[in-house]
Amino acid sequence: MDIYSENIMEHYRDPMNLGKLEDENAYCKDSNPLCGDNIEISLSIRDYKIKNIKHISHGCAINIASSSIVSEKIKDMDIKEVLKLNKDFILNLLGIQLNPIRLKCAMLSLRAIQKATTKYFGDNKNAGS
Amino acid sequence: MNIKKDFPIFKNNEKLIFLDSASTSQRPNPVIYAIEDFYKNYNANIHRGLYKLSVEASELYEEARKKIANFIRSEYEEIIFTHGATESLNIIANCLSENLNEGDSILLSEMEHHANLVPWQVIAKKKRLNLRFIPVDNEGNLIIDEKLFDNVNIVSVAHVSNALGTLNDIIRIEKLAHKNNALFVLDAAQSIGHLEVDVKKINCDFLAFSGHKMFGPTGIGVLYGKKELLENLEPFLYGGDMIKDVSLNDSEWNDLPWKFEAGTPNISGAIGLGKAVDYLNKTGIDNIKKHEEELTNYLIERLFELRDIKIYNPKERTGIVSFNVNKIHPHDIAELLGKEGICVRAGHHCCMPLMKKLGINGTVRISLSVYNDEKEIDKLIETLKEIIKRFD
Repeated sequence: MDIYSENIMEHYRDPMNLGKLEDENAYCKDSNPLCGDNIEISLSIRDYKIKNIKHISHGCAINIASSSIVSEKIKDMDIKEVLKLNKDFILNLLGIQLNPIRLKCAMLSLRAIQKATTKYFGDNKNAGS
Repeated sequence: MNIKKDFPIFKNNEKLIFLDSASTSQRPNPVIYAIEDFYKNYNANIHRGLYKLSVEASELYEEARKKIANFIRSEYEEIIFTHGATESLNIIANCLSENLNEGDSILLSEMEHHANLVPWQVIAKKKRLNLRFIPVDNEGNLIIDEKLFDNVNIVSVAHVSNALGTLNDIIRIEKLAHKNNALFVLDAAQSIGHLEVDVKKINCDFLAFSGHKMFGPTGIGVLYGKKELLENLEPFLYGGDMIKDVSLNDSEWNDLPWKFEAGTPNISGAIGLGKAVDYLNKTGIDNIKKHEEELTNYLIERLFELRDIKIYNPKERTGIVSFNVNKIHPHDIAELLGKEGICVRAGHHCCMPLMKKLGINGTVRISLSVYNDEKEIDKLIETLKEIIKRFD
């Protein structure tokens, strides 16, 4: 199967949720040093839910398309659910098969979202929401 | 050159266009047969058995060493078999560090493969040595400044850059190194088998290369060293075959080259590499060089047809061409080329500091060999054009 499906290429050419949130309260910058892919995740977390998300992604088509698709999918998702997501969720969402090297590209956005979320809750242990 | 028929991989993979020979070359029939022949007819351990089979195996192994010595114009006992260039460089870095003291200096370049960088980094940290680097300009050429060589103890550089194909001015580097009484180590992994490597002419003190980039098997390589220098170095690995006499509390080392070859070596690998050298000699290094130069010319000419292409060091004709197109990630290009049976390498090519210096994450690298031809380049260009269109 072609991993560069029309869906992937559309998201690569015109990614959704690009940029940085004004009401950001969780953030993570992450990269895959081996291939040079990198991402900045900007989250707005309210009431244990991802209220909004933006990202700045650089790198290969798989990384950028994955950031776009994932960012759209996790809006309004419960934090607990987000932290449980894994590679099956990503592969299912992208609808393609990936070898272990390219899987890292596809996983970068989710990994950064989960890091940002974990950090937010670490920093806001005593906060009500 | 119609020598593709010598390489069975192309018969067994009809659509294969292999443009990644700098990573590892393909093997011709004589090399493959020699390995099979050894295991079928001569398999025994060397230097030990008193029976005929072991004597024959030892002769084949040492005969391979002679072929390699002739090939690089060294003496027979100056050829040490290793697992590859990486091991050769690790051995020499470690052996030489024994004689270095805090504050001594090692000069490398910014374009070195990690194999000629990391071993020196580690010993530099351990022994508090200074690392200096010959800088690289925007095109990927070394900026050789005489001052860098002041009071340097070891100079270790690549003959040809595996990432960009730059052919370094090793004549000048050798002169400056020896003028400053430094030892000169040459990493010939990417030049051997493509252009003449004559240790007498180059006057390097040590030389490292792998067998698998010159039609030989994987897991075999060579460390060359000048005899008088090797004699004064302590071994790196200890065990069987590298000793002359052992008592419970002391040992005496074997003569060169076996002093540096502990344990059962890669016997079939050495024999295979000997056959690879025969094949290179038969084909002729000058013919190979000419073919690769002409093909590199054609490749670069055709690559310039592509919009927004950036070729790194387009003046070089060593068979290695590195480029980026229109911000498309090199991995995307390589993966899509791979789907059409076109094998290229993409990424940092084990030269992360060089990529950082050039301000990029990686490149797409085409590396040519004797078995490549213009038709393959045409197919590459045609496929690249389609990929670029798709990413527009």
